[in-house]
Amino acid sequence: MNKNVKVQVTHLTKKFGELLVLNDVSFDVYDGEFLCIVGPTGCGKTTFLNSLTHLYEPTSGEILFKGEKIDLRKHDIAYIFQEYSAMEWLTVKENVRFGLELKKQYKGINEKVKDALELVGLTKFADYYPRQLSASMLQRVVIARAFATQPELLLMDEPYGQLDINLRFRLEDEVVRLCKQTKTTVIFITHNIEEAVYLGDRILVLTNKPTSIKEIVTDELPHPRDIAAPEFVEMRNRITDLIKWW
Amino acid sequence: MTKQKKLFAFRMKIISICALFGFFLFWYLVTDVWKLAPETLLPSPLKALETGITKWSVKKPDGSTLPQHIFASLRVSLLGFCFGAVIGVPLGIMMAWWEKADMCLKPVFDFVRTIPPIAWIPIMIILLGIGVVAKASIVFLSAFIPCVVNSYTGIKSTKKVHIWVGQTFGASKTRLLFKVAIPSALPYIFTGLKVSLNSSWGSLVAAEMLGSDSGLGYMIQLGRLLCRADLIIVGMVVIGIMGTILSAILDFMEMKLVKGAV
Repeated sequence: MNKNVKVQVTHLTKKFGELLVLNDVSFDVYDGEFLCIVGPTGCGKTTFLNSLTHLYEPTSGEILFKGEKIDLRKHDIAYIFQEYSAMEWLTVKENVRFGLELKKQYKGINEKVKDALELVGLTKFADYYPRQLSASMLQRVVIARAFATQPELLLMDEPYGQLDINLRFRLEDEVVRLCKQTKTTVIFITHNIEEAVYLGDRILVLTNKPTSIKEIVTDELPHPRDIAAPEFVEMRNRITDLIKWW
Repeated sequence: MTKQKKLFAFRMKIISICALFGFFLFWYLVTDVWKLAPETLLPSPLKALETGITKWSVKKPDGSTLPQHIFASLRVSLLGFCFGAVIGVPLGIMMAWWEKADMCLKPVFDFVRTIPPIAWIPIMIILLGIGVVAKASIVFLSAFIPCVVNSYTGIKSTKKVHIWVGQTFGASKTRLLFKVAIPSALPYIFTGLKVSLNSSWGSLVAAEMLGSDSGLGYMIQLGRLLCRADLIIVGMVVIGIMGTILSAILDFMEMKLVKGAV
């Protein structure tokens, strides 16, 4: 992995009124890496990503994307939210098209949509509406929408929180494969330590509120990872210990 | 549709038709057979039908044929309704989307909307007379308010996460409005239009009853003055039929335009 810094976060702080949620967080994200962020539930992980993208205006601090101030209008960023975010009034195909249209990437748009649908295995369901799909399919629509725009930075906020274990492993493998294939930089938030160890190149462990970084763990186990391997279990235990707040 | 479902739907239709038929039969029995009410107070369905058919071409006693009344009412109600929708829907959207518009217009609007449209009739008659403009203005008021309220609510209920999706894909505020907020509010907007249509049709009849020289409401009112219950019933039935047709047109448009709804 090359170590070019893609995103540089310095002294990021976010307050809601008097409540300090993010307390002076600084870290780098390297080009092409899969960075997992874990922390105790309710520690402000979502606020963390939302501040990072300026969906919430940070109270102070700076986020640089390839050396410039981060700007959603200019930079190719995609965000997969915790809630289902497929547009109910659009078909699967139109949902995937939606991101490309907003990004004004009209060139070869039909091919891009087709490829993205194929990537997540939804070609057959291109003309379905979201209400006709299952939970995992809905999440795959959103993944396809994100990948279709070929983002330089992909943010994922507990995208599989509501899925069962089997599906989760399948979609996790899928996402790792997609990211490696497209060399996308990913920030992936989860409260599931096993998921983080399974996916991440590095794992950023957060503390309880007010949130700061407890430790950044490098995870160099080879893919595909075996969750029963002793190295895997050891790393999982290590992170569990870091995260303990009781 | 499966065979069973088709059979079920067919049965339901038969039941509906029977119920309607039963209603008319009961009416017939009460009036023509048992003679429970004098004909001047409650005419039989056959008499009403007869009046309806002759009224189609006869101008007596109220000065216009039935098609002329229908046309007069339809013209006023559609005029008022269209203006109400064309102004009300964008206004509701604007108020919901731009905070400044909300702050300026909401207090005025919240006050005005508590006044029932019918309460506007006297002032409208004084200001504008009993012509088309006066009646259309009353219809406009009653159509306009539900359009604003529902469009406003629709835009305000846009899911935060959908807005965020648009924002992360770099959409400007105006683009977000057209690509995210309005499509997601469309079911609400249509509900608003349907409510509008109903209330505009209702206030039209009220306006015509109070001050007018043509239209279905006027015909009913004259029927009362002349003690012609059959004329009143014909008027009511035609009002019902017209309202149903207009609602059906809107339902059809909703089906074509609102996608992916439950």
